Amino acid sequence: MTTAPAKAGWRFRQPSVIPGFGLTLGFSLAYLTLIILIPLSGLVWRSAALGWTDFWAIAVDRRTLNALKISFGTAFLAAVVNVVFGTLVAWVLVRYRFPGRRIVDAMVDLPFALPTAVAGIALTTLYAPNGWIGHLLMPLGIKVAYTPLGIVIALVFIGLPFVVRTVQPIMEELDKEVEEAAATLGASRFQIITRVLFPGLAPAIVTGFSLAFARGVGEYGSVIFIAGNLPFKSEIAPLLIVIRLEEYNYEAATAIAAIMLALSFLMLLVVNLVQTWSRKRYG
Amino acid sequence: MEVRVANVRKEFERFPALHDVSLDIKSGELIALLGPSGSGKTTLLRLIAGLERPTRGKIFFGDEDASQKSIQERNVGFVFQHYALFRHMTVADNIGFGLKVRHGAARPSGQEIRRRALELLDLVQLSGLEKRYPAQLSGGQRQRVALARAMAIEPKVLLLDEPFGALDAQVRRELRRWLREIHDRTGHTTVFVTHDQEEALELADRVVVMSQGRIEQVGTADDIYDTPNSPFVYSFIGESSSLPVKVENGEVWIADRPIGLQAPHAPPGEAVLHFRPHDVDLLDGCSGCIAGTVAASRRVAGTRRVELEVGGERRRVEIELPVDHPAAQKSRVAFRPRRWKLFPAS
Repeated sequence: MTTAPAKAGWRFRQPSVIPGFGLTLGFSLAYLTLIILIPLSGLVWRSAALGWTDFWAIAVDRRTLNALKISFGTAFLAAVVNVVFGTLVAWVLVRYRFPGRRIVDAMVDLPFALPTAVAGIALTTLYAPNGWIGHLLMPLGIKVAYTPLGIVIALVFIGLPFVVRTVQPIMEELDKEVEEAAATLGASRFQIITRVLFPGLAPAIVTGFSLAFARGVGEYGSVIFIAGNLPFKSEIAPLLIVIRLEEYNYEAATAIAAIMLALSFLMLLVVNLVQTWSRKRYG
Repeated sequence: MEVRVANVRKEFERFPALHDVSLDIKSGELIALLGPSGSGKTTLLRLIAGLERPTRGKIFFGDEDASQKSIQERNVGFVFQHYALFRHMTVADNIGFGLKVRHGAARPSGQEIRRRALELLDLVQLSGLEKRYPAQLSGGQRQRVALARAMAIEPKVLLLDEPFGALDAQVRRELRRWLREIHDRTGHTTVFVTHDQEEALELADRVVVMSQGRIEQVGTADDIYDTPNSPFVYSFIGESSSLPVKVENGEVWIADRPIGLQAPHAPPGEAVLHFRPHDVDLLDGCSGCIAGTVAASRRVAGTRRVELEVGGERRRVEIELPVDHPAAQKSRVAFRPRRWKLFPAS
């Protein structure tokens, strides 16, 4: 049952007897190079032309830093919100049978399909100070539209399906008997959820989090409508890139992009390491 | 702990899975629920555990009415066919789980829990594996861990649902003997479900034979095998042959001939005769016997099984012959059942 840990060093695992390993690996590498690696290295190449001092100047520019902070901060918050409520939605969809379940299930995918600009405009209309929800929040002193809070709401909307769709299948596979076993051993409902079910779902939840987070960092269409785009306050990094492009300042645009790329890559790498570690442990 | 099941009925969405079942289990007994799939044996086990609630009837643990209690309060040890271990916990944490989730004073210290887990691990002969995860164990080892986990809470009853069903034959036999040993050593009242009659007869003090949501017979292996009380038990346990017969004047008849079996208490009329293929006397001449022509014959280990065609309707019955019996194809064989039973024709 146990798989011996792979010998250290770079070695191909013995391919299966079914032929095609060379062909498929070759194709995959060529494809990834064409689709992902070449554009991204172009980006790095272009920003490298800038020289280290200029690059650093752009990187630590207050506007850049603020934009990055807003982008990563709001994406993080939105991903956290999505993890909590997305897991809840998945739970309800998996565990309960109620009229309209399939419709709710289908609704979860809408943020995937809807043009993000449409989502942004709809959310802005709702949360604007004179909008349906906005005018209710106004007396409470809560401003949503044209603030970072608005960005978070847009990203929550965009990121929800990522969490639901990664957690749902794992939740469906949860063994009912494991819960029953825990109950016969005296565990309360709450203990079953926190000690038995949740640890089993954790890897899927982490994946959902990282997907929602990555999507949030890169999101542009819906955010620019609701954010108000005030520099230093509610300006996201992708927008700053577009602004630099419109100023024909290609170097600055690529520099910001390269920084975003590096940060995103780092985050996803960490998440992946966590995944690998947990998979090794729990088989 | 004694367990008493009193007139329990269970319906799943109007479909009855158990009809009015009553059963007394003595303290310290090892009982097998045996039956084909759909007989309600697992439902009965789950009702005792509290994993299902009876539609009608009650279940007592000792003098206490357990049917009003939740699963958590019942304090039963349940072992599932597919182990149901917690994948993300080590073997020791799995075993200690039931103690760890207790509240307040009932919860032993971490050290004590660990000590108990290691002790149980020793009992199930898996010492040294406490740091492993379930994925790193074989099926037989996982089931031992599941049993240790169930015993850790000092359950009133130990319930096992097809505990060896997912294991291969060799491991099954080994674990069977081992479970008997553990039971004799710990003395837990134990109920296990199986569809394997060999397992039930070999392992259990008493066997409960179930069919279609009813208990057919309860008894020791000898009772069940030697004096089955229904056609179902006759055919389900061991091998059996049956023939349609007629009872007249306290004698058993096939077609127009008496076969030399006295049945003074049987009601006259149509009936079905059941007997075991090996429980027959072979006869030379035939005055009062069952006679048939050999239709098929096969060698089974130390004996020979032949199929005989009996009477004008050519009903086929199986009997056992010594290997050196000269019965050839188409030859006539006469016999009389040594041990037999009549049941009313359905």
